[in-house]
Amino acid sequence: MVKSVTIDEIWRALDEVMDPEIPVVSMVEMGIVREVKIENDTVIVSMTPTFAGCPALDVMRNAIVEKLRALGIARVEVKTVLSPPWTSDWISEGARAKLKAFGLAPPPMHGGNVALYFDEPVACPYCNSTNTRVTNNFGPTLCRAIYFCRNCQQPFEQFKAL
Amino acid sequence: MPNNSLANKILSVADDSFILGHRNSEWAGHAPILEEDIAFANIALDELGHAQLWYELYQELTGAEPDRVIFFRSAAEWRNTQLVELPKGDWAFSMTRQFLFDVYENVSLERLVHSTNPRVQEIATKIRTEEIYHLRHTSNWVKRLGLGTDESHARMQRALDELWTYALQLFVPLENERELIAENVVPDLGILRDAWQEKTVTHLSASGLQIPENIDSVPNLRAEHTEHLAELLQDLQQVARSEKFGVEW
Repeated sequence: MVKSVTIDEIWRALDEVMDPEIPVVSMVEMGIVREVKIENDTVIVSMTPTFAGCPALDVMRNAIVEKLRALGIARVEVKTVLSPPWTSDWISEGARAKLKAFGLAPPPMHGGNVALYFDEPVACPYCNSTNTRVTNNFGPTLCRAIYFCRNCQQPFEQFKAL
Repeated sequence: MPNNSLANKILSVADDSFILGHRNSEWAGHAPILEEDIAFANIALDELGHAQLWYELYQELTGAEPDRVIFFRSAAEWRNTQLVELPKGDWAFSMTRQFLFDVYENVSLERLVHSTNPRVQEIATKIRTEEIYHLRHTSNWVKRLGLGTDESHARMQRALDELWTYALQLFVPLENERELIAENVVPDLGILRDAWQEKTVTHLSASGLQIPENIDSVPNLRAEHTEHLAELLQDLQQVARSEKFGVEW
């Protein structure tokens, strides 16, 4: 069964599995899916958590299995890997644009030093003004912070740098 | 048996994060303002997530399943410090405790990322950045409350007076911990304590708070607990332990 499906087809299928908490971007675009390989008759997908306590992990794991079963793959194994640790720098350019259109300011590219960007202005995803202020460094999910735009008077969220 | 010493150490780290996460979760729906309700729920969830990674390593070392370890141990079998099991108290108390613990975690993690044990190293690397957010948040609040009104200052000082001795238990070594230090698996707690003390004293002083001078006897054994842990476990474990819901949890 597996032989008829190529690695490329599996990646394309996984690119249709959306992040359960941000349904406009896929888990591939988010950099959550790290590796796909076929061993004997089993497809092994490695994924890595964004925040360690992310409650969506099980949902993600099940969504991957379901998607690949629908391709006719009987044996799917989803492995969780921690190393190298997920960083928001892995979110693709395309996904950053989709996050913004969704009303989530994308995280700054930080190159491994998150703290350097703590006091940098965050642009409002609606009007692009940087006349914004943070109202809460923690938000409705572990990966979001809450901001307010003084220019367009809208609250908005930012995907946190990690 | 270095593996045994490592398992004991990992269990103590996991238990500290887990119990503190549980205590923090008690603020959900009760924090003084909505933003802080959200923030503390997030911090609680992070701590539970970190505990989960450590419990998974504990399982690799001992075979013990995390759910069994969490839901079926009695108080005397837990290895958390008394610091994290104390009731949540008022807002100043929980904030001060979280700050003292966050500084400890940060000075510890910045060394554990160089552990010679690859699993310890990768878990520490994974959770370190998240902890930077915690410390930033609690540092800001300690300053705001310490330098705020007479009442907020008084509450912070009272919390600090009570918590300081308990916090020092974080630096009491476990039996055989020296083996792990010799192999550079974990950092020397004496060095951690110095780093912790320097950071906490600097920030607390800048927040207008006095460091307690009279240190009562620091709790020594992680098997010894206050009566509060048993109450917490009763709450935490009763569903898993009830026959009705059964063994599959």
